[in-house]
Amino acid sequence: MADGNQMSEEAVEKTIGNAKSMTIIATKGTLDWAYPPFILATTAAAMDVDVTMFFTFYGLPLLNKKLDLQLGTLGNPAMKMPMMGMHMGMPSIVGVIPGVTSGATAMMKNMMKKKGVASIEDLREAAVLSDVRIIACQMTLDLFEMDPKDMIDGIELGGAATYMESALTSDVNLYI
Amino acid sequence: MADATLDAKGLNCPLPILKAKKAIKELGVGGTLEILATDPGAIKDFEAFCRTTGNELMESGEEGGVFRFVIKRAA
Repeated sequence: MADGNQMSEEAVEKTIGNAKSMTIIATKGTLDWAYPPFILATTAAAMDVDVTMFFTFYGLPLLNKKLDLQLGTLGNPAMKMPMMGMHMGMPSIVGVIPGVTSGATAMMKNMMKKKGVASIEDLREAAVLSDVRIIACQMTLDLFEMDPKDMIDGIELGGAATYMESALTSDVNLYI
Repeated sequence: MADATLDAKGLNCPLPILKAKKAIKELGVGGTLEILATDPGAIKDFEAFCRTTGNELMESGEEGGVFRFVIKRAA
Protein backbone atom coordinates (compact mmCIF):
# COMPACT_ATOMS: atom_id res chain seq x y z
CA MET A 1 0.00 0.00 0.00
CA ALA A 2 1.03 3.57 -0.54
CA ASP A 3 2.81 5.18 2.35
CA GLY A 4 1.99 8.90 2.11
CA ASN A 5 3.14 10.08 -1.31
CA GLN A 6 5.83 7.46 -1.50
CA MET A 7 4.84 4.19 -3.14
CA SER A 8 6.45 1.06 -1.77
CA GLU A 9 8.81 -0.81 -4.07
CA GLU A 10 6.26 -3.59 -4.32
CA ALA A 11 3.53 -1.16 -5.33
CA VAL A 12 5.73 0.43 -7.99
CA GLU A 13 6.58 -2.96 -9.43
CA LYS A 14 2.93 -3.97 -9.44
CA THR A 15 1.93 -0.76 -11.20
CA ILE A 16 4.61 -1.16 -13.86
CA GLY A 17 3.75 -4.82 -14.33
CA ASN A 18 0.08 -3.99 -14.82
CA ALA A 19 0.62 -0.98 -17.04
CA LYS A 20 -1.31 -1.19 -20.31
CA SER A 21 0.31 0.00 -23.50
CA MET A 22 -0.92 1.25 -26.86
CA THR A 23 0.61 2.19 -30.19
CA ILE A 24 -0.89 4.41 -32.88
CA ILE A 25 0.29 4.78 -36.47
CA ALA A 26 -0.65 8.24 -37.75
CA THR A 27 -0.68 8.30 -41.56
CA LYS A 28 -2.82 11.32 -42.42
CA GLY A 29 -2.13 15.01 -42.07
CA THR A 30 -5.37 16.87 -42.72
CA LEU A 31 -7.00 18.80 -39.88
CA ASP A 32 -9.83 16.28 -39.41
CA TRP A 33 -7.58 13.20 -39.55
CA ALA A 34 -5.07 14.74 -37.14
CA TYR A 35 -7.55 14.64 -34.24
CA PRO A 36 -8.17 10.93 -33.55
CA PRO A 37 -4.50 9.96 -32.98
CA PHE A 38 -3.81 12.90 -30.67
CA ILE A 39 -7.10 12.64 -28.75
CA LEU A 40 -6.62 8.92 -28.13
CA ALA A 41 -2.92 9.24 -27.28
CA THR A 42 -3.44 12.01 -24.72
CA THR A 43 -6.51 10.39 -23.17
CA ALA A 44 -4.80 7.01 -22.91
CA ALA A 45 -1.76 8.65 -21.30
CA ALA A 46 -4.12 10.32 -18.80
CA MET A 47 -5.50 6.84 -18.02
CA ASP A 48 -1.97 5.63 -17.20
CA VAL A 49 -1.46 3.86 -20.51
CA ASP A 50 2.04 3.76 -21.95
CA VAL A 51 1.62 5.26 -25.46
CA THR A 52 3.81 5.13 -28.58
CA MET A 53 2.93 7.13 -31.71
CA PHE A 54 4.52 6.42 -35.10
CA PHE A 55 4.19 9.19 -37.70
CA THR A 56 4.55 8.14 -41.31
CA PHE A 57 3.74 9.45 -44.81
CA TYR A 58 1.26 12.35 -44.62
CA GLY A 59 1.11 11.97 -40.86
CA LEU A 60 4.75 12.95 -40.49
CA PRO A 61 4.23 16.71 -41.09
CA LEU A 62 2.06 16.69 -37.92
CA LEU A 63 5.39 16.82 -36.08
CA ASN A 64 6.52 20.05 -37.73
CA LYS A 65 6.88 22.89 -35.22
CA LYS A 66 4.72 25.13 -37.36
CA LEU A 67 1.40 23.60 -38.33
CA ASP A 68 -1.03 24.92 -40.88
CA LEU A 69 -3.47 22.04 -41.12
CA GLN A 70 -6.15 22.17 -43.76
CA LEU A 71 -9.48 20.43 -43.99
CA GLY A 72 -9.69 17.97 -46.87
CA THR A 73 -12.94 18.84 -48.64
CA LEU A 74 -12.65 16.61 -51.71
CA GLY A 75 -14.30 13.21 -51.86
CA ASN A 76 -15.93 13.50 -48.46
CA PRO A 77 -19.72 13.43 -48.89
CA ALA A 78 -20.09 12.83 -45.13
CA MET A 79 -18.83 16.32 -44.34
CA LYS A 80 -21.85 18.36 -43.45
CA MET A 81 -21.34 21.63 -41.60
CA PRO A 82 -23.98 23.52 -39.64
CA MET A 83 -24.80 26.55 -41.73
CA MET A 84 -27.77 28.92 -41.81
CA GLY A 85 -29.68 26.79 -39.32
CA MET A 86 -29.22 23.55 -41.23
CA HIS A 87 -26.53 21.06 -42.15
CA MET A 88 -25.06 21.66 -45.56
CA GLY A 89 -23.03 19.18 -47.53
CA MET A 90 -20.72 20.23 -50.30
CA PRO A 91 -20.77 18.70 -53.79
CA SER A 92 -17.28 17.28 -54.44
CA ILE A 93 -16.85 19.48 -57.51
CA VAL A 94 -16.98 22.62 -55.34
CA GLY A 95 -13.88 21.42 -53.47
CA VAL A 96 -11.66 22.03 -56.49
CA ILE A 97 -12.45 25.75 -56.63
CA PRO A 98 -9.49 27.78 -55.31
CA GLY A 99 -10.18 29.17 -51.86
CA VAL A 100 -12.79 26.57 -50.87
CA THR A 101 -10.34 24.47 -48.86
CA SER A 102 -9.03 27.45 -46.89
CA GLY A 103 -12.57 28.77 -46.42
CA ALA A 104 -13.85 25.45 -45.10
CA THR A 105 -10.75 25.15 -42.90
CA ALA A 106 -11.33 28.59 -41.39
CA MET A 107 -14.97 27.70 -40.73
CA MET A 108 -14.03 24.44 -39.04
CA LYS A 109 -11.34 26.05 -36.86
CA ASN A 110 -13.78 28.77 -35.85
CA MET A 111 -16.42 26.18 -34.98
CA MET A 112 -13.92 24.17 -32.94
CA LYS A 113 -12.89 27.23 -30.96
CA LYS A 114 -16.51 28.07 -30.22
CA LYS A 115 -17.24 24.52 -29.05
CA GLY A 116 -14.18 24.30 -26.77
CA VAL A 117 -12.38 21.71 -28.89
CA ALA A 118 -8.62 21.70 -28.29
CA SER A 119 -6.27 22.71 -31.10
CA ILE A 120 -3.95 20.06 -32.54
CA GLU A 121 -1.02 22.12 -31.25
CA ASP A 122 -2.40 21.92 -27.69
CA LEU A 123 -3.11 18.18 -27.88
CA ARG A 124 0.35 17.54 -29.29
CA GLU A 125 1.93 19.51 -26.46
CA ALA A 126 -0.15 17.54 -23.95
CA ALA A 127 1.09 14.31 -25.55
CA VAL A 128 4.72 15.39 -25.19
CA LEU A 129 4.17 16.54 -21.59
CA SER A 130 2.57 13.22 -20.67
CA ASP A 131 5.59 11.27 -21.94
CA VAL A 132 4.01 9.81 -25.06
CA ARG A 133 6.81 8.23 -27.08
CA ILE A 134 6.88 9.84 -30.52
CA ILE A 135 8.65 8.17 -33.44
CA ALA A 136 9.15 9.95 -36.79
CA CYS A 137 9.43 7.62 -39.77
CA GLN A 138 12.98 7.88 -41.12
CA MET A 139 12.00 6.66 -44.59
CA THR A 140 9.25 9.29 -44.97
CA LEU A 141 11.69 11.93 -43.77
CA ASP A 142 14.11 10.99 -46.56
CA LEU A 143 11.37 10.56 -49.15
CA PHE A 144 9.79 13.98 -48.61
CA GLU A 145 13.17 15.64 -47.87
CA MET A 146 11.98 16.87 -44.49
CA ASP A 147 14.33 18.17 -41.79
CA PRO A 148 14.09 16.94 -38.17
CA LYS A 149 15.28 20.42 -37.16
CA ASP A 150 11.87 21.75 -38.26
CA MET A 151 10.14 19.32 -35.94
CA ILE A 152 9.19 19.53 -32.27
CA ASP A 153 11.69 18.48 -29.60
CA GLY A 154 11.54 15.15 -27.84
CA ILE A 155 10.90 12.93 -30.85
CA GLU A 156 13.00 10.02 -32.06
CA LEU A 157 13.65 8.74 -35.57
CA GLY A 158 12.95 5.12 -36.41
CA GLY A 159 11.66 2.61 -38.91
CA ALA A 160 9.17 -0.20 -39.14
CA ALA A 161 11.18 -2.51 -36.86
CA THR A 162 11.33 0.16 -34.14
CA TYR A 163 7.56 0.45 -34.33
CA MET A 164 7.00 -3.32 -34.44
CA GLU A 165 9.08 -3.92 -31.34
CA SER A 166 6.71 -1.66 -29.48
CA ALA A 167 3.55 -2.99 -31.18
CA LEU A 168 4.35 -6.61 -30.38
CA THR A 169 4.23 -5.97 -26.65
CA SER A 170 1.27 -3.57 -26.68
CA ASP A 171 -2.33 -4.25 -25.67
CA VAL A 172 -3.82 -1.95 -28.32
CA ASN A 173 -2.43 -1.11 -31.77
CA LEU A 174 -4.26 1.40 -33.97
CA TYR A 175 -3.72 2.47 -37.56
CA ILE A 176 -5.21 5.85 -38.32
CA MET B 1 -15.44 20.44 0.43
CA ALA B 2 -12.95 19.05 -2.09
CA ASP B 3 -9.26 19.92 -1.73
CA ALA B 4 -9.20 21.56 -5.17
CA THR B 5 -11.64 22.60 -7.90
CA LEU B 6 -11.19 22.36 -11.66
CA ASP B 7 -13.41 24.53 -13.82
CA ALA B 8 -13.68 22.67 -17.13
CA LYS B 9 -16.88 24.40 -18.26
CA GLY B 10 -17.02 25.08 -21.99
CA LEU B 11 -14.27 22.55 -22.74
CA ASN B 12 -14.87 19.61 -25.02
CA CYS B 13 -13.53 16.05 -25.13
CA PRO B 14 -10.80 15.16 -24.21
CA LEU B 15 -9.83 18.38 -22.38
CA PRO B 16 -11.84 17.83 -19.14
CA ILE B 17 -10.13 14.43 -18.67
CA LEU B 18 -6.65 15.75 -19.53
CA LYS B 19 -7.00 18.70 -17.15
CA ALA B 20 -8.47 16.51 -14.42
CA LYS B 21 -5.57 14.07 -14.69
CA LYS B 22 -3.11 16.94 -14.28
CA ALA B 23 -5.01 18.33 -11.28
CA ILE B 24 -5.27 14.88 -9.63
CA LYS B 25 -1.49 14.48 -9.99
CA GLU B 26 -1.02 17.65 -7.96
CA LEU B 27 -3.14 16.28 -5.09
CA GLY B 28 -1.64 14.12 -2.40
CA VAL B 29 -2.83 10.50 -2.15
CA GLY B 30 -6.36 10.57 -0.70
CA GLY B 31 -6.89 14.15 -1.86
CA THR B 32 -10.14 15.12 -3.57
CA LEU B 33 -10.81 17.10 -6.74
CA GLU B 34 -14.08 18.75 -7.69
CA ILE B 35 -14.65 19.11 -11.43
CA LEU B 36 -17.23 21.34 -13.10
CA ALA B 37 -17.98 20.58 -16.74
CA THR B 38 -20.57 21.25 -19.43
CA ASP B 39 -19.54 18.49 -21.87
CA PRO B 40 -22.40 15.92 -21.73
CA GLY B 41 -19.88 13.21 -22.64
CA ALA B 42 -18.04 13.89 -19.38
CA ILE B 43 -20.44 11.73 -17.32
CA LYS B 44 -19.54 8.47 -19.02
CA ASP B 45 -15.94 9.54 -19.56
CA PHE B 46 -15.23 10.27 -15.89
CA GLU B 47 -16.84 6.95 -14.91
CA ALA B 48 -14.56 5.11 -17.37
CA PHE B 49 -11.55 7.19 -16.34
CA CYS B 50 -12.03 6.28 -12.69
CA ARG B 51 -12.68 2.57 -13.35
CA THR B 52 -9.47 2.40 -15.38
CA THR B 53 -7.19 4.47 -13.17
CA GLY B 54 -8.52 3.21 -9.83
CA ASN B 55 -9.30 6.71 -8.61
CA GLU B 56 -12.62 6.89 -6.78
CA LEU B 57 -15.58 8.74 -8.30
CA MET B 58 -17.21 9.92 -5.08
CA GLU B 59 -19.88 12.18 -6.56
CA SER B 60 -21.43 12.67 -9.98
CA GLY B 61 -24.35 14.96 -10.61
CA GLU B 62 -25.86 17.81 -12.56
CA GLU B 63 -27.21 21.17 -11.54
CA GLY B 64 -28.43 23.88 -13.88
CA GLY B 65 -26.72 22.38 -16.93
CA VAL B 66 -23.37 22.02 -15.15
CA PHE B 67 -22.03 18.58 -14.36
CA ARG B 68 -20.17 18.18 -11.08
CA PHE B 69 -17.83 15.35 -10.18
CA VAL B 70 -15.70 14.67 -7.12
CA ILE B 71 -12.75 12.32 -7.58
CA LYS B 72 -10.53 10.97 -4.83
CA ARG B 73 -6.94 10.19 -5.74
CA ALA B 74 -6.12 6.54 -5.05
CA ALA B 75 -2.36 6.28 -5.57
